Amino acid sequence: MGSVRPISVIREEPPALHARAMDNLRYIRETMEGASAFTAVPGWGGVVMGMTAVLTAALAARETDHGIWLATWIAEAMLSFCIAAWAVHRKGQGAVMSPLSKPARKFGLSFSPPMIAGVLLTAAFYRAGLTTLLPGAWLLLYGAAVTNAGAFSVRIVPAMGLCFMACGACALFSPAAWGNAYMAAGFGGLHILFGFVIARRHGG
Amino acid sequence: MARSNTLSKAKPAGPHGVSGPAAASASDLDRLIHERMRLGIVSALAVNESLTFNDLKKLLNTTDGNISVHARKLEDAQYIACSKSFEGRVPKTEYRLTAAGRRALERYLNHMEALIRATREG
Repeated sequence: MGSVRPISVIREEPPALHARAMDNLRYIRETMEGASAFTAVPGWGGVVMGMTAVLTAALAARETDHGIWLATWIAEAMLSFCIAAWAVHRKGQGAVMSPLSKPARKFGLSFSPPMIAGVLLTAAFYRAGLTTLLPGAWLLLYGAAVTNAGAFSVRIVPAMGLCFMACGACALFSPAAWGNAYMAAGFGGLHILFGFVIARRHGG
Repeated sequence: MARSNTLSKAKPAGPHGVSGPAAASASDLDRLIHERMRLGIVSALAVNESLTFNDLKKLLNTTDGNISVHARKLEDAQYIACSKSFEGRVPKTEYRLTAAGRRALERYLNHMEALIRATREG
């Protein structure tokens, strides 16, 4: 009869207590980040951007030279970018979540591709003499960027993006002379309207 | 109610080579929150005013039964509050973190930080 040997139990050393504590803290942080929406979308910043867009539309409507018209809107885009960056930073200071948090990074990464496409199409359309198509393309692409990024933010943000896209779609199939009016309605009116609602509902 | 869920077996030395304040701190851990799924539920609710049952299920990538069991335990301890309503004909269960739950999470975070600090200093 063979000898009976006890099954040897290999005991793994349990992880050190502090390692488990760090792991738990990491889990809490990741869960909180995953559960949070990027709420640093600036409402009041959007209102200011809308106002500058309305003024720019009034100025651009007087221009007959396509080059100056384009330069006017590019200057407005740069000004709006600065306003948005400042407003996000300012709103982020008072928020629990950092503008560099995971939802914020996701927001930025989703926002960028349509905007980069917009820059390239602007250059291509200008070279091809198709500047009259730019208002529709800009509104459509900006709307796509906001809708995309809005998936990581509060519900009103993707709704705003869809309105921009609708405005862009209408602009693309409307007479070229209406371009500045669509720009004023979209970049001006929609920013002011949604910016006001975001500011009231989501803390600035 | 929450107090009854804390570990009460204080040991002079930690089981994993940690002794002194770290071990004492470990023994005070709120076991109710220490469980992974419940920790996830409380953490997610800490950054949201409220979350639905389905939100939590998606977020924590788990099953209906799992969420249900753990949420019930947290609810019994009054760490979270549950409200049931209908959206059209679809029942909707919504959870919120209570003040006691928030305090419990803060205590738990402090414990974790104290454990790490004690180990580093030791």
